[in-house]
Amino acid sequence: MKVFPDLMICECCDSVYRRPMPMDGGVAHCERCAFELCRGGRLRADGWLALTIAAGVMFLMANSYPVLQINLQGIRNETTLWQSAGALAQGLAVPIAVPAALFIILVPFLQIFLLGWVLSYSRVGRRAPGFVYVMHILSILRPWSMVEVGLLGILIAAIKLSKLADIVLGAGIWAMAASMILMTIVSKRDLSSLWDMGEYSRQRTPARA
Amino acid sequence: MKSLPPRAEQLGIIRCHICDLVFQPTAKPDKAVRCPRCEATVHRRLPNSIVRTWAFLIAGVILYIPANVLPIMYTSFLGNGIESTITDGVVSFWNSGSYGIALVIFIASIAVPCAKFLILATLLITVRKHSRWARLERARLYRMIEHIGYWSMLDVLVVAVVVALVKFRELATIEPRVGILFFGTVVILTMLSAMSFDPRLIWDDKE
Repeated sequence: MKVFPDLMICECCDSVYRRPMPMDGGVAHCERCAFELCRGGRLRADGWLALTIAAGVMFLMANSYPVLQINLQGIRNETTLWQSAGALAQGLAVPIAVPAALFIILVPFLQIFLLGWVLSYSRVGRRAPGFVYVMHILSILRPWSMVEVGLLGILIAAIKLSKLADIVLGAGIWAMAASMILMTIVSKRDLSSLWDMGEYSRQRTPARA
Repeated sequence: MKSLPPRAEQLGIIRCHICDLVFQPTAKPDKAVRCPRCEATVHRRLPNSIVRTWAFLIAGVILYIPANVLPIMYTSFLGNGIESTITDGVVSFWNSGSYGIALVIFIASIAVPCAKFLILATLLITVRKHSRWARLERARLYRMIEHIGYWSMLDVLVVAVVVALVKFRELATIEPRVGILFFGTVVILTMLSAMSFDPRLIWDDKE
């Protein structure tokens, strides 16, 4: 099968371009459908890995500490992310606890872990064990990670309850905010560059159409 | 005017959606092929894109009715219990003067799902009719609903946190109600619907 490492195709409209794309202000847009094809200034694997580890640490803290605390007439109660997802498992609404836990806890965690796994190998120019599978899983997980939605949800819940009782923000919510910012940097970026690293580097001999 | 770049189909090449590699499949163009680099199954267009998108979309629209009619949570305060729907949540924020938050919830829970229904249906119908109308705008609309769709999960997570916090026995309790299950399912269905749609279909007829 003939491969064309020097070509790229827009995923939204099938337009074909030759690499490297001319960058206009660090970004290349598709001429047909205006989709953002690629962005300049790629992070090196080292920096990318460092941010991924930081996101992982922050996300672990977000999961271990309460995100909100409530005080009502002297009684105190607090909740972590896990307890919040688990709280949905009541009455007829039980099944919705599963996607809630997946989207705000398990998917982001898996994403950080698998990305760290791949990056820790690619920074030394190697292909991680299970690389192909991990990359497939990462591309499936990507749309289902909702840390930022979870964070906004917690803040709205805090405002909603603040009329009823005293609400104190817990340590977990700050960690969650930090991990959200870091995750936006590490997981929303273009994973395809990882295929080009190490032994997956582009072949230098351009194939002819 | 500058001429537009060629399309993959005209050149007989294809792109792997997992690893981005461009290659020339040896099999017939309408058959699925395996990517030589990552072994993903690659199709020229997503298989049954239109039918699958319709299926998820219609299922979502149907479930959107119970999601709005049935209560999403039950609040009991000092023995007085009331059930509230999604709209009640928006209205109560609005009435208490929190206009900004009422607006955020309105956009996430009502405006975005409805916009997704309308936009996906428009895309499906225009693609079926091989329409060449407003292609660039339709491509942009598609990408917009793909990006903002998951924010609709907001209400589910608000209910989760509120329910987890307010557990004060006789004094005050909040419980989830079945409406939130329908609503969460609608959001997942609309996301699946948007993912099933192949935006390349918008450009598939002669320019």
